This record gives sequence, structure tokens and C-alpha cells, in this order.
Amino acid sequence: MSGQPAESRRRVGRRWWIVGLAVAVLIVIVLAPLASSDPDGLERVASDSGFLGDARAALFSIIPDYTIPGLDGNLSTIVAGLIGVALVAGLLFLLGRFLSRSRE
Amino acid sequence: MSAIAAAATQAATGQPPEMHAPDGFLSVPVAAGMWLVTIVVLAIAIRRVDRTLDPRAVPMMGVAGAFIFAAQMFNFQVAGGTSGHLLGGVLAAILLGPWAGTLVMACVIAVQALIFQDGGLVAMGANIFNMGIVGTLGGFYLYRVLTGVLGGEERARMPAAAIAAWASVVAGAVCMAVELAVSGTTPLQLALPAMVGVHVVIGIGEALITVAALSFIAATRSDLLRLRDARVNRAIPTT
Repeated sequence: MSGQPAESRRRVGRRWWIVGLAVAVLIVIVLAPLASSDPDGLERVASDSGFLGDARAALFSIIPDYTIPGLDGNLSTIVAGLIGVALVAGLLFLLGRFLSRSRE
Repeated sequence: MSAIAAAATQAATGQPPEMHAPDGFLSVPVAAGMWLVTIVVLAIAIRRVDRTLDPRAVPMMGVAGAFIFAAQMFNFQVAGGTSGHLLGGVLAAILLGPWAGTLVMACVIAVQALIFQDGGLVAMGANIFNMGIVGTLGGFYLYRVLTGVLGGEERARMPAAAIAAWASVVAGAVCMAVELAVSGTTPLQLALPAMVGVHVVIGIGEALITVAALSFIAATRSDLLRLRDARVNRAIPTT
């Protein structure tokens, strides 16, 4: 595939995954509160084409709109985001452990 | 910087507008059909990953999912009072392979729908297909073709990733437009140009974030870029 074997860079050691999770946490803390509140691509098209009103409310709601009821503004978004990051990372780690179990 | 300042001003006025397709946009037959396709693809993904996933790649599944979930919360400004956010399927597939990447995307979208009410439950099959399957599988094979044509993965990783990432967003938008049209929600001649027009621009953001994430890994732990091909009883490939 490639001519020269690339020199591997290992500036982070065995605990690289901590750095990865820290990046995700930083994004939630620093960038998520700065997110544009403009409609996203689909929502823009839905409102321009007149079918935005077809949207039905969720059957149940746990953390709607990435906000924790009772917390205000940015803090609410950050806490909701951190819960999501922890959930997704935890679920996928467990799924991965399960799917690779026979090769542990 | 001014884009970030503008985004900050926007943020003061309301909460993030996260919106995957809610229930009601797609007809029940279309939503059910998309659920069926998604379940079949996920079953294949689980079987493939169950046979091949190397334990050393497991932490990357968690980290990739965490990063993609976090990055999807950051809606960036595109033209005309519209925002977009990362999908992340091509990034996940480049790091983990197309099937494990698909599982990562499905998990992110499922958590968004079940816990955060971002995307409907009836529409979840379509959302996983549009944002987590088409671009992840299709984008990965496009990436493979492009790296082959452009002289190998080590040389062509970034341009191939950028093009595949951009295409994955446009492909997802095309699927959504077709599903809306088949549902009778809006005619294809309206939905297709509108969805593609917006997502051609959003895809540039997808390409930039995908390349930034891969560049960060290349600069800090470049061996992790070869984790995708890790198999038990074999060293992680060194070239």
C-alpha cells in the first residue's frame, strides 16, 4: 500500500482512551453551549416546505432537548451532554467487550 | 472566531435545536420499512463484529461513540440561518471498520432518541439508516476506493476521508428526501434539491471535523489508525 513504513507516533501511552474521552468531555463543556440554535438542515427544509407541523411529540421524555429541567442554560446543556457521553461510551464499551469476549 | 462569536450570540437566545427526524415526518409504512432494513443491517453488523472484533479495539468503540455524541451537540452555522452538525459515520468506519462503525452510529442515534428525545422512536430505523448506515458503509467503501486510487492509505488518508465524509452527508440527505417523498410528506422535486442543497454545505463541516479528528490521532497515537485491521494472534499492522 505505501512505500515508506510510517513512523508510529506514540505521544500518548496505554491510557490513550482517557485522552479521547477527555476530548469528548471538552467538546461538551466548551463547544456544545456555543452551538448554533438555528434550525438544522432537515428542520430548515421542513419549515420551508411546510411540513414542520407534521412533527409529533415524543411518546415519553427523559432529557428532552439536551436540557435538564431545573438547571439553567449552559449548565443544563453541559450536564445533559456529559450524561450522554458517559452513556454512549459505557454502552459501546460493554457491547465491544461482549462481542470480543471469545478472543479476550 | 467571528463564527464562534455569532454562534455564542445565537446560543443566548435558545437551546440547541437538535433535530433528527421526529415521528410524523414519515408515513408508518415507510418508517416500518426503514426499521426492517436497519434491523437486518445491524444484525449483519453484530455477526461480523462478533467474529472479528479485537479486544484492543474495544476502547476505541467507546471513545469514538463519546466523541461523535459530543460533536453532534455542536451545531455549526451554515449559510442562511441554518445549522448543521457532524454525523461521524465515516470517522467511525475509518477507525473501526464499517461494521463496528455502524454499531457505534446506531448506539449514538439510539441514545439520542431514547434518552434525549432527539429523533422519534418510529422514525429511529430511518434515522439510523440515513445517518448511521448509508454514510458509514457507503462512505467507508468510497474511502477504500479513493485511498486505492490516490496511492495508498498512508498517503491519501486525509483527502479520501474528506471526500467520503462529505459524500456521506449528502447520501444521507438524499435518502431522507426520498423517504419524505415516498411518505407523501413533500414532493421529491421539492425535497431533493432542498435537502441536498443544504447538506452539500453541511458536508464541508463533516469533512473538516473528520480530518481534524484523524489528524489529531495521527499526531498523537498514529498506530491507533491501524487498529481497524487488528486481529487476534496478529500484531497490529505496522504499515
